[in-house]
Amino acid sequence: MAVGPLQLSRFGGPLAALTIVGVLGAVTLAVVLQGGTFRLGPGDRAALWFTLHQAIWSAALSVGFAIPLARALSRRQFRGRQALVILLGAPFILPVIVAVLGLLAVFGRGGWVSTLLVAMGLEPISIYGFHGVVLAHVFFNLPLATRLILQGWQAVPAEQFRLAGQLGLDGWTFFRVLEWPVLRKSVPGAFALIFVLCLTSFAVALTLGGGPRATTAELAIYEAFRFEFDLGRAAFLSLLQLAMAGFAAVIAVWLVPSIDTGRGLDRKQIRWDGRRARLRDAVIIVLGAAFLILPLLAIFMRGLPGLFVLPSSIWSATLTSIWVAVLSVALMLTLALPLAGWMAGRKRSGVETIGVLGLALSPLMIGTGAFLLINPFVDPRSAALPVTASVNTLMTLPFALRLLAPAIRDAVEGYGPLAQSIGVKRFSLWRILILPRLRPQIGFAVGLGMALSLGDLGVIALFADPERGTLPLAMYSLMGSYQLDAASGAALLLLLLALLTFWICDRLGRHAAAE
Amino acid sequence: MLRLSNLHVDLSGFTLRADFEVGAGQRIAIIGPSGAGKSTLLGAVAGFVPLKSGQILMEGRDVTGADPDKRGMAMLFQDGNLFPHLTLAQNVGLGLRPGLRLSDIERANVDEAIARVGLQGFGVRKPASLSGGQISRAALARVLLQARPLLLLDEPFAALGPALRADMLDLVKDVVNETGAGLMMVTHSPEDARRIATDIVFVDEGAAHPPSPTAQTLDHPPPALRAYLG
Repeated sequence: MAVGPLQLSRFGGPLAALTIVGVLGAVTLAVVLQGGTFRLGPGDRAALWFTLHQAIWSAALSVGFAIPLARALSRRQFRGRQALVILLGAPFILPVIVAVLGLLAVFGRGGWVSTLLVAMGLEPISIYGFHGVVLAHVFFNLPLATRLILQGWQAVPAEQFRLAGQLGLDGWTFFRVLEWPVLRKSVPGAFALIFVLCLTSFAVALTLGGGPRATTAELAIYEAFRFEFDLGRAAFLSLLQLAMAGFAAVIAVWLVPSIDTGRGLDRKQIRWDGRRARLRDAVIIVLGAAFLILPLLAIFMRGLPGLFVLPSSIWSATLTSIWVAVLSVALMLTLALPLAGWMAGRKRSGVETIGVLGLALSPLMIGTGAFLLINPFVDPRSAALPVTASVNTLMTLPFALRLLAPAIRDAVEGYGPLAQSIGVKRFSLWRILILPRLRPQIGFAVGLGMALSLGDLGVIALFADPERGTLPLAMYSLMGSYQLDAASGAALLLLLLALLTFWICDRLGRHAAAE
Repeated sequence: MLRLSNLHVDLSGFTLRADFEVGAGQRIAIIGPSGAGKSTLLGAVAGFVPLKSGQILMEGRDVTGADPDKRGMAMLFQDGNLFPHLTLAQNVGLGLRPGLRLSDIERANVDEAIARVGLQGFGVRKPASLSGGQISRAALARVLLQARPLLLLDEPFAALGPALRADMLDLVKDVVNETGAGLMMVTHSPEDARRIATDIVFVDEGAAHPPSPTAQTLDHPPPALRAYLG
């Protein structure tokens, strides 16, 4: 019977889903066939232990620091608050290797903090190893946790704060009555999300970890692959990673909250508590802001002179990166639009689940599988860029789906009957209703996909010939050969490229919608 | 023109039955208490609400399972009758071509329809820059171009003030007279019914009563309708 809700992408959606499932299935099968017979060695055990250990610490510290920061931000109004809240979203699109360089400039052996310590007659600090990996993960995830907690409090109706103010609730009572019930819901989710993200962390471990005591499973895959060229071991480690990530994903599906990538956190919320904690809140906000801003500042300060000593290879790497990012985003839209259209007509939970499962994907496991699959047929090096673009697509697809599917649902709920009654359907429906209504989300998703792909240092490190790699890879080899000035210049270039691309795409989408 | 035979809607507990015919030139006002199923009846006729059983015949053709756009009906909803991202001319043009690729002659027809509802020169505007009354007029211009045998109105003018609503009803009357279409409209207001409807369908307690002449029905209402009118 024709009567019923509007059907979108009845064929395109399942086709896109089959493609993705097919690719992931083939990759997994390749890994299972190659690595299934391997035995667990002591080095592997250490890698697994370290992976879990650092992920737990990273998640605990991120959430632990986020609670006071979120509370201070939520109850204080000050100049620059809005900018700070926007800045909390920046690490999400910040290339990992750029942030690492910034963190080294602040907290490294020759960094600002150590210089200060030495001047005071103390020992300098070092951030290689466990501490460095956790520090970098906290740098990336403290803002995320803060946003998630703020998002929870933001949902509390203003009347409740007003009532609490009227009753004079403060301190411990206020916490128990108003803050704790929300924290109890948001904290486990934030913890689970960060834990999962840190499990598959590669670029941080590659640059700040290493050695027998600070190697994550993801890094172990890379080392087995790249240094020992032991494909069996790489495949076996990929399987372990798959098991671990799968386990984590199951936890995450239970706990992870819906991630609000959008705006709205800058809305003012008036609270009457914490009148006597002004100084404490101010200190917390200044420390939090400094922790976020100083590494970025360091990149600017060291990178500006570095821009003038960039080797010419950097420019060709930049072009390669842009090419990979464009390919990856085109592929993402080709898959995400029909998939989101198909999902929008179904149950809500589907999109959420896929989004969270996607977070647990291990890029290097997929890379290893892809290598095993194509190795018999073509030289994997020649396929490095398409494979990198495809893996980037898979990594950004969950975010794109979470952005697009609800927007399609809104468009169809609002204007579906009108479209149906005047006979706007199939491609006309996309052209006349869906795509125009989706411009802001498409702009945001494209910007996000471009920025993430531009900054990615993952699969490309497995495959590529360093002479013909992407910008992050070229920057990594500059760091490896101790050309720190040039590396800083490349970092600034990469940072500006990622942020500007994101900003432009987001702007274009919103501008087109406002027309 | 329209025949509903043993129509039965069952939406998990909520049921509605109807069995009547609407003749050519009849203009029906559907009235009844909130939640009685006025909009459900209209939705079932339009093809948005699934039937449990029964048949809908439109000019002798069985349209029971047809898509909403293949029933020979045009419909206006309570809100969202224009796509906010399209210009007024584009919105009206959809009435001719759902794919929005118009020939020059069709473009001229669009302009004519826009002028007919009193919106000359507004074609390039977006709905956000129009008033509620202008939006209603634009939607009626589209209905004019759709030229379907039956027009369904699900209280599209409910948010307008009384004077503006009366203007719109007069315009609707002109539009259906010009296109020779029948009309079925949901309303809360007996005055609106008197203004435009030849007949009244009273919906109450899960059943739509067959049409009866407006003036006579409102002047001498049966007990259930009397209770509703107060």
